Amino acid sequence: MASRTETFYDVMRRQGISRRSFLKFCGLTSAALGLGPAWAPKVAEALETQPRIPVIWLHGLECTCCTESFIRSAHPLVKDVVLSMISLDYDDTIMAAAGHQAEAILDEVRETHRGEYILAVEGNPPLKDGGVYCLPGGRPFKDTLTTMAADAKAVIAWGSCASWGCVQAAHPNPTQATPVHEVVTGTPVIKVPGCPPIAEVMTGVLSYMVTFGTLPELDRHGRPKMFYSQRIHDKCYRRPHFDAGQFVERWDDEGARKGYCLYKMGCKGPTTYNACSTVRWNDGVSFPIQSGHGCLGCSEKDFWDKGPFYERLTTLDPLFVEADADTVGGTAALVAGGAIAAHAGVSIARRTAQRRNGNGTGNGTGTGTGKGQGPGHSDTGDSATRG
Amino acid sequence: MSMHIGTGIHAADATAGDASVDRTSIYVYEAPLRVWHWVNALTLTVLAVTGYLIASPLPSVPGEASESFVMGTVRFIHFAAGYVLAVGWLGRIYWAFVGNHHARQLFTFPFWRRSYWRGVIWEANWYAFRRAEPKKYVGHNPLAQFVMFWVFMLGMVFMIATGFALYAEGEGTDSLLYALFGWVFAVFPNSQSVHTWHHLGMWALVIYSMTHIYAVVREDILSRQSMISTMISGERMFKDNRDD
Repeated sequence: MASRTETFYDVMRRQGISRRSFLKFCGLTSAALGLGPAWAPKVAEALETQPRIPVIWLHGLECTCCTESFIRSAHPLVKDVVLSMISLDYDDTIMAAAGHQAEAILDEVRETHRGEYILAVEGNPPLKDGGVYCLPGGRPFKDTLTTMAADAKAVIAWGSCASWGCVQAAHPNPTQATPVHEVVTGTPVIKVPGCPPIAEVMTGVLSYMVTFGTLPELDRHGRPKMFYSQRIHDKCYRRPHFDAGQFVERWDDEGARKGYCLYKMGCKGPTTYNACSTVRWNDGVSFPIQSGHGCLGCSEKDFWDKGPFYERLTTLDPLFVEADADTVGGTAALVAGGAIAAHAGVSIARRTAQRRNGNGTGNGTGTGTGKGQGPGHSDTGDSATRG
Repeated sequence: MSMHIGTGIHAADATAGDASVDRTSIYVYEAPLRVWHWVNALTLTVLAVTGYLIASPLPSVPGEASESFVMGTVRFIHFAAGYVLAVGWLGRIYWAFVGNHHARQLFTFPFWRRSYWRGVIWEANWYAFRRAEPKKYVGHNPLAQFVMFWVFMLGMVFMIATGFALYAEGEGTDSLLYALFGWVFAVFPNSQSVHTWHHLGMWALVIYSMTHIYAVVREDILSRQSMISTMISGERMFKDNRDD
């Protein structure tokens, strides 16, 4: 385990990073966090003086795409440094150690860094049947999670699994996969949703916490505001086509070739809070919409159940199977219209019949003419006594 | 009952077959309420059409993106109409306090009053052709009040809340509107769900409007009081003077 007094700067220098490169990193980090150039020296000072934060990285019910994304953190310097900035003491998927000694690290960190370490959680715990559907190290994941979270400084819920439940929690959620914030109580949870989250977003959140020793400002749903306060749509480079009314109507049409808006093809950019259209992926190379495919909304709650991915309107499963709001509403309106027409027809027929029976002489007396003509009811007394 | 026809009536238009009765007329809907009704009807229509076009946009336009603003215009009209609707709704709520007691009927529901429910059943029977004649009402009839409260009034509140929540997303999460309506996303964490329910709410109000228009036309002809002209002049005219 790393020394408790070693700073980030020490680690970096030990790894052969020059002071010049270090200061460049500090400048980049403060820019990435939206802090401006004035903050670069403060970032540097923090990294020179703060001890490294121990991080425990747990894996529950997940696919490891978060880790895959994280280890591809695009800027080489960021990747090298962030892996050194934190003291990643436990990560069962990528660490070399294994067996009882590896598992013992969990207890050791919990004892020695009580209330100081960050618990990074990838995946979520399935609660059904005592949690037997996820047993890393032979122990229900929910037990490991709650034990480790109780003594952590903060919990980072990596990805949509930990934040919202993701595919394993999609209807009908057979294992009762449950997002981390519903299991962990008493410890602040930061959601970093996405399937996976953008690498630079992950490292950015860690950088912030390491630099300032506090949690980043979170929104209503517990997501860092600096990366999740705007929708993909708000910063999409195809937005002018949306406002103009220029849409891809089919995958092989002229609009698709010209890079029109993918709204009609089911793009979930207008309802998805993420940084894809600004930070992009793979060192800023591209993101789904730039590649001609709509956003799936992977960082949103229950995005698997808000399909189809290629239709604008969401189906109302399981309420109405495979039917969207227009199908349900339109059908209901049609039924209502039919009922109104039928009711009007009966009303007219009965009125005509009343007239024919000799009671329809005066328009002025209105409808008080058809007494006793209604089928099989007695309205005597009832109508006259109440008023 | 004495007749007060007044002088100067075009007696030549009256034929022997015409019956003449003494009408009772009550001033029910005051001017601000009537203005609100028709403004609301107009904005609801605009909102339903533009809202539908936001969910299912018009066919793509050719040319440079900078030359067109079709979707932007449709959305602007929707948002502007939404503001008119919401401000009108606030005015309507204000009028419930300062207007006559009929102005309050939309916002109240006598859930625990037994006679009210008997009235609902009575009116339902009238609509099911099981009564030859409805009763007379100065305000809404009990069945109408049921639909007005549960479908129209709550529907309006739901549509205004979800509509402004969606609009606040564009304004930004640090905007005043988001502070006022952001709680909607605590109920529906995924904004896509808010879109879906807002869209369903549109259909609910469309069906409500169809029923509403049918009912007022039918009541105007078949019931014992005036309907359509009441929302123009404010006067509720009764066609007979018999007791219920």
